[in-house]
Amino acid sequence: MASPVPPATAPQRRDRVVIRFAGDSGDGMQLTGDRFTAEAAAFGNDLATLPNYPAEIRAPHGTLAGVSSFQLHFADHDILTPGDRPDVLVAMNPAALRSNLGDLPAGGVLILDTDEFTPRNLAKVGYATSPLDDGSLDPYTVHRVAMTSLTVAALEPLGLGKKDAERSKNMFALGLLSWMYSRPTEGTQRWLREKFARRPEIAEANVVAFRTGHAYGETTEAFAVTYEVAPAVLPDGTYRQVSGNTALAYGLVAAARRAGLPLFLGSYPITPASDVLHELSRLKRFGVTTFQAEDEIAGIGAALGAAYGGALGVTTTSGPGLALKMEAVGLAVMTELPLLVVDVQRGGPSTGLPTKTEQADLLQAVFGRNGEAPVPVVAPSSPADAFDAAVDAARIALTYRTPVLLLSDGAIANGSEPWRVPEEDDLPDLRVEFATEPNTDDGRFLPYARDPETLARPWAVPGTPGLAHRIGGLEKADGTGDISYDPANHERMVRLRQAKVDGVAVPDLEVDDPDNDAPVLVLGWGSTAGPIGAAVRRLRTAGHRVARAHLRHLVPLPANTEAVLRSYRTVVVPEMNLGQLAFLLQGRFAVPVESETKVAGLPFGAAELAERLTPYVSKEQVPA
Amino acid sequence: MTTDLGMPSLDATQLGGLDLVPAADSPQKAKDYTSDQEVRWCPGCGDYAVLAAVRAFLPTLSIRRENTVFVSGIGCSSRFPYYLDTYGMHSIHGRAPAIATGLAVSRPDLSVFVVTGDGDALSIGGNHLIHALRRNVNMTILLFNNRIYGLTKGQYSPTSEVGKVTKSTPVGSVDHPFDPVALALGADATFVGRAMDSDRKGLSAVLEAAARHRGAALVEIYQDCPIFNDGSFDVLRRPDDAEARVIPVRHGEPITFGTDGRWAVVRRGFGLDVAPTAEVAPEDVVVHDATDVGLAHALARLSGQDLGHAVFGVIRQVQRPTYDDLSRAQVQQAAAGGPADLRELVHGADTWTVRGGTVITEARP
Repeated sequence: MASPVPPATAPQRRDRVVIRFAGDSGDGMQLTGDRFTAEAAAFGNDLATLPNYPAEIRAPHGTLAGVSSFQLHFADHDILTPGDRPDVLVAMNPAALRSNLGDLPAGGVLILDTDEFTPRNLAKVGYATSPLDDGSLDPYTVHRVAMTSLTVAALEPLGLGKKDAERSKNMFALGLLSWMYSRPTEGTQRWLREKFARRPEIAEANVVAFRTGHAYGETTEAFAVTYEVAPAVLPDGTYRQVSGNTALAYGLVAAARRAGLPLFLGSYPITPASDVLHELSRLKRFGVTTFQAEDEIAGIGAALGAAYGGALGVTTTSGPGLALKMEAVGLAVMTELPLLVVDVQRGGPSTGLPTKTEQADLLQAVFGRNGEAPVPVVAPSSPADAFDAAVDAARIALTYRTPVLLLSDGAIANGSEPWRVPEEDDLPDLRVEFATEPNTDDGRFLPYARDPETLARPWAVPGTPGLAHRIGGLEKADGTGDISYDPANHERMVRLRQAKVDGVAVPDLEVDDPDNDAPVLVLGWGSTAGPIGAAVRRLRTAGHRVARAHLRHLVPLPANTEAVLRSYRTVVVPEMNLGQLAFLLQGRFAVPVESETKVAGLPFGAAELAERLTPYVSKEQVPA
Repeated sequence: MTTDLGMPSLDATQLGGLDLVPAADSPQKAKDYTSDQEVRWCPGCGDYAVLAAVRAFLPTLSIRRENTVFVSGIGCSSRFPYYLDTYGMHSIHGRAPAIATGLAVSRPDLSVFVVTGDGDALSIGGNHLIHALRRNVNMTILLFNNRIYGLTKGQYSPTSEVGKVTKSTPVGSVDHPFDPVALALGADATFVGRAMDSDRKGLSAVLEAAARHRGAALVEIYQDCPIFNDGSFDVLRRPDDAEARVIPVRHGEPITFGTDGRWAVVRRGFGLDVAPTAEVAPEDVVVHDATDVGLAHALARLSGQDLGHAVFGVIRQVQRPTYDDLSRAQVQQAAAGGPADLRELVHGADTWTVRGGTVITEARP
């Protein structure tokens, strides 16, 4: 079946391509997708990714429950989302085909590992007849490739066991796709040799499998056409590919460095936040201490203890963990110590959908504590933006001596995109001054005296002579910090803590309204930035006037938020929850807000969101 | 100006608990450790005796007062930090060991104390207690055990005896209690001691040994709640009753007790028992060895919920590297590898550059 004839035609140009790799959760689909992403990044494409995998580490082999997929959108221009529907679907078994085929448009390219289409595997997922033979795949451009047996045959000279050899089939698929899309191959081969440096035979097997897949494409007539996607011309700068969790970890390190403080992370492993713990645990050379605590509460407790001692204290978690931490967040509110609380949101309630994304912790972050316990809330809008959001959250925590909630989500955490890497000198100066001397005329130290501008209290760390004082969760007397049950004092302190958070300096909300005449504003927060941006582009291309804005700061809201809301006839808020930001805005400003929501564990698609926004813009477009 | 948080290098196994804490410039008195806050425990509360003992023993440590920190949870005893003129945090229920862990790991120059009670440490905060002990974080934990919930007005606690009638157990508690010493030993604590609130001398000695111990030290303090559990330890206080019950132990010494040492601790099966000294051959009297974990477990089991016997003193003390020393050593070792380059970190292995509309891909060096 292989032909020695190379493709006669030159590669065809594509401006963008969406590829989805789908297979069993043991098939290495995330790794394959990650590696193709790295190739695309190294080539200079713009890109966005969407990993989608089950919570089970190894669900029963070949079942629908065990399907893991990785979608990658890469382009020669700036793109905003991982793509709605794949142009190419690689299905490593019948389960992957069954659960993903519905997303492949007619005419889409389908690449199948025919070896896995055995009667047993077909029966497992309820195929009565094999889709390879029953004509059900006729609407697609199907490539039937015996990936497993081709890989095993190619690896035979290496003397590997059959199981080990079969494991390399994902690299065969990567090699084939790399050939189809004219990707450079040196990077992947080098990467494989480094990754498996300690097991050279496995490294070699993967390199051979990768090359075999590449050669298979080159020499098989069925793949006569190759494509290329040119590099994307983004704004000037140096770029790398980065995931949200990595960018967030780097942002924490950068913030600690700009503050001149050691970084202390207290954390308990939880999906999808654990990678921040993993990343930071490897960065000890930056003065980073990571403490894997016995539970979520100990994680934040230790972080608060470290903050009391003068470190930049951080705790990372996801929704259920945040619920457990909230009493300690309240203690940080009361003791007015700087603390970063990172919530990488996932589907809820309860254990919910650990590996899927959602934005349903917003109200928990804003309100989920006993008493009046205001906490600034900051949300990154994309994987790369998680770096800047982390630095900004640290700025607020350190400047105002307050816990700050940083709300990432699963799509940001595991998704990746190009990141224009910052220079250290361009980052804000976050240096803090610890209190070193008494702060009253008569030589006393008042731990709750306040900076008149920020309302922050002094940060007097243990070990400072003359400033010994006691703090705690009981209500503090204004100034002295002594225990106080005085009604007037409580009233004053509750209002002071609120005023401090209300007064946190945040930039105005920027509105993207090209002709300043749009009747409709689409307002989002967090990871919906990409889909909203892409949907608004589509609407504008279709001739609609539509404005958009995105909130980085949820608490406090930018000072111009109400004015912006009131300057549009219609405000639509798309969210991956049942309308939490919409609820917040309506409650706060008593303005009508239209809510467009999705809670499927998956981000909005660009086309899907454009369609849902169309009625609003169409209605407004009717001449008055 | 900022405070130097420098982390000195160290050999963890050679150090005492206070060796990295700056020494006081001049002698201190109990009064120096007394804050301006009015003490608000009930009259007759055992906490007063403990507070007096702590104020008196702290100066003997000869460390700088500002490098002493008391962290507490919630409960009557957790008000303790307010009454000491040191740094202190009155935190939330059960979490003091977790907060103290973060503080101790970040600040080797501090002497960190945790003040907690039987409810705070063993019920809501049980998890943090056992993990702080097994990790061996350098902190001294004072566990005030009055076998009752006082601050919530008289419910049974995890150390209350079975059958105890309280507000929440009108026909008697059916909960089996913890023995805090046995629990700490089970968590592999490197220092476990016990003292009685009214025994100023014994309490001070155990507290000082605990503070000087490098690692997590747990000191259980039997303490009376005169309001909700009055006289709960009377059998250990009244000389006639105490005679055959109170067993003081000292490392290296034979364990005998009672007037003229009339009772002795002897081995029986895999455990220990008490026998009249006169009936025991001298070589059969158990000699206390605080490094013998098997002996420590057996001693703990001599103390029952009926207080038939109660062992006091340093029950276990061994050296094991502390979590905080090891954690800091890892950070120092990583830092010793050369200056950390943030630029190199954020750039990573593969970058590309866009300049004036052209994409320049860069091969990695």
